[in-house]
Amino acid sequence: MSLSLFALQLVNGVEYGLLLFLVASGLTLVFGVLGVLNFAHGSFYMLGAYLAFWISERTGSLWLAILLGVPAMVLIGLLVERLAISRLYARDHLSQVLLTYGLVLLFNELQRALWGNEVHGVSTPGALSFTVPLGAQTWPAWRAFTSFSCILLALGMRQVVLKTRFGMRVRAGASNAEMVEALGIDVRRLFSILFCAGTALAGLAGMLAAPLTTVYPGMGESVLILSFVVVVIGGIGSIKGAFFGALLVALADTFGKVLLPGFASAMVYAVMAAVLLWRPRGLLGAAPEGR
Amino acid sequence: MTLSRRALLGAAACSTLLPRRTFAASAAKLRIGLLLPYSGTYAALGHNITDAMKLAAGEHGGKLGGREVEWVAVDDESDPAKAPANVNKLIAGEKVDILTGPVHSGVAMAMMQIVRQEEVLTIVTNAGAQAVTGTLCAPHVFRTSFSNWQTSYPCADVLLKANQKKAVLMFWNYSFGQESMAAFKEGYLKGGGTIVKEIAVPFPSTEFQANLSEIAALAPDAVFVFFAGAGAAKFVKDYADAGLRDKVQLYGSGFLTEGVLAAEGPAAEGIKTTLHYADGLDNAANRKFRAAFKKATGREADVYAVAGYDTVNALALALQKVKGDTGARKELIAALESTRFDSPRGPFRFSKAHNPIQDVYLRQVKGGAETVLGVAMKDAEDPAAGCKMGK
Repeated sequence: MSLSLFALQLVNGVEYGLLLFLVASGLTLVFGVLGVLNFAHGSFYMLGAYLAFWISERTGSLWLAILLGVPAMVLIGLLVERLAISRLYARDHLSQVLLTYGLVLLFNELQRALWGNEVHGVSTPGALSFTVPLGAQTWPAWRAFTSFSCILLALGMRQVVLKTRFGMRVRAGASNAEMVEALGIDVRRLFSILFCAGTALAGLAGMLAAPLTTVYPGMGESVLILSFVVVVIGGIGSIKGAFFGALLVALADTFGKVLLPGFASAMVYAVMAAVLLWRPRGLLGAAPEGR
Repeated sequence: MTLSRRALLGAAACSTLLPRRTFAASAAKLRIGLLLPYSGTYAALGHNITDAMKLAAGEHGGKLGGREVEWVAVDDESDPAKAPANVNKLIAGEKVDILTGPVHSGVAMAMMQIVRQEEVLTIVTNAGAQAVTGTLCAPHVFRTSFSNWQTSYPCADVLLKANQKKAVLMFWNYSFGQESMAAFKEGYLKGGGTIVKEIAVPFPSTEFQANLSEIAALAPDAVFVFFAGAGAAKFVKDYADAGLRDKVQLYGSGFLTEGVLAAEGPAAEGIKTTLHYADGLDNAANRKFRAAFKKATGREADVYAVAGYDTVNALALALQKVKGDTGARKELIAALESTRFDSPRGPFRFSKAHNPIQDVYLRQVKGGAETVLGVAMKDAEDPAAGCKMGK
């Protein structure tokens, strides 16, 4: 591989990883702090993409779709959390898997009834529909914009988690939720806000990805599996871990495809296994609690 | 549009979900089993095939060979693991006279294992797996759609004629993709072409960036791919975004653009594909079929609908010859074998292996529509490797 091709692949991998991070960050928050194994997270990604398609088709503007779509996702998150998830905090993971898997089926049917089974394209906003030359190929501006947004969001999340009182509670919740509750913090509210944030992040990822991936039934499932891999590699509940986990997964996938094509689909899982052998709780996972 | 489809769906569901035991009084009804996907990724295909079959039956007055048609539909979910149970349900449970379907090749393979042991006349309405009319061919199994070979082999010649002798192949690494690539390669190497690189993408991954960078670096004369559905839409967009569309001509079997052209938008402009059908085919049967399908369903017909339509039309002709007697197997099979008619795709007849012998067209996307550039291969007949029948 020449140096320029190597650099290109690096760009490809990082770009893919940043988007993965956006999906996985919400999942790791919900899993780590709320202790909920949320299979419906992929559905939120799909819903975001479909909202982007639906609103942008009607209004002609993807910007407007994102502006309206994110609050809509927050609302959906709130509904799901209040009506369903909140009843399961005390239950074991199996009940949660059953419930959230049920939600996956529900959202899939909803998508089918509302938007049908066809594949839909979403056009990029006119101002960003150009491409820039990059080596032997070109790079669409929307991809650059998406990566840039992901980096901004990652930095924003870092600020919130490390520098605010709310972030402190999140970190505390991730390491020991019972203790946080014992200290008199309204955990229910914290959980609600976090779940909505997770839903909105997944939805936003779907909206940003929609022009790149097209919008189609079942698009949430493949993302969900990779997101779980990212969460496990990064360490459950750690946003920083999710960031590095996502980059690691994406780079493994990208270079796996080029260097070991026959082994490409297993590459990501091989990396996961290697990381877990080295650090059983993930790259930045919390120390065992003995719970 | 949505309403009418919902209504149709509801009607289909009502007529199929309630198990109906028919007794001697209604034994004269012709029971046609539909093993098709009505949910999941291929649901749209299943619905189009079903609706086109019902359209054709309606054009024959709802009767084939003088017998009223009764449809028995099962959602196969495109799940090969559930196929044996679903096939048994139709054959043993519902006692269908004729079994039709499926879309998914994996389901078709599972179905073949069972129907080969059974007597029931079977018509494959989409799945292109070579084995159906190859190693697993059987006297009572016909196919009205295509073999994978037919969708890809003719394309090799198109590249060679355009003096594009260095190609990269890229495909989803499962049977359909592998068979398409093998067929293309056979023709391409024979004609003096060189394959620079073969890129197998694990199914159903749609992360293509790394491979597109490779292709850009290799700078071949042309790229030939197999992707379908959402994967095809994503690939076509990524290919254009990477700036490759205007540099390296993109070819594929027709499934690269079938049903996803609108989603692909301007990115699909200029793509050349080969297939046994094109929406814009200019013949009387196609014009009539497309208008009727649009009127009945509110949707545009496609290659899948054509196979469903032709299935019932072939059956109508054959059953007429045997006066609707599905018990007269030999005569019915012989009647189907000699069936000839004008399909929306052009003249239709079965080969000795019971696969259609059909013209394969070269199509190009121009101005957002599929246009026909010409015939890539006249009377394309699948080599039917491994089929001992009729030889």
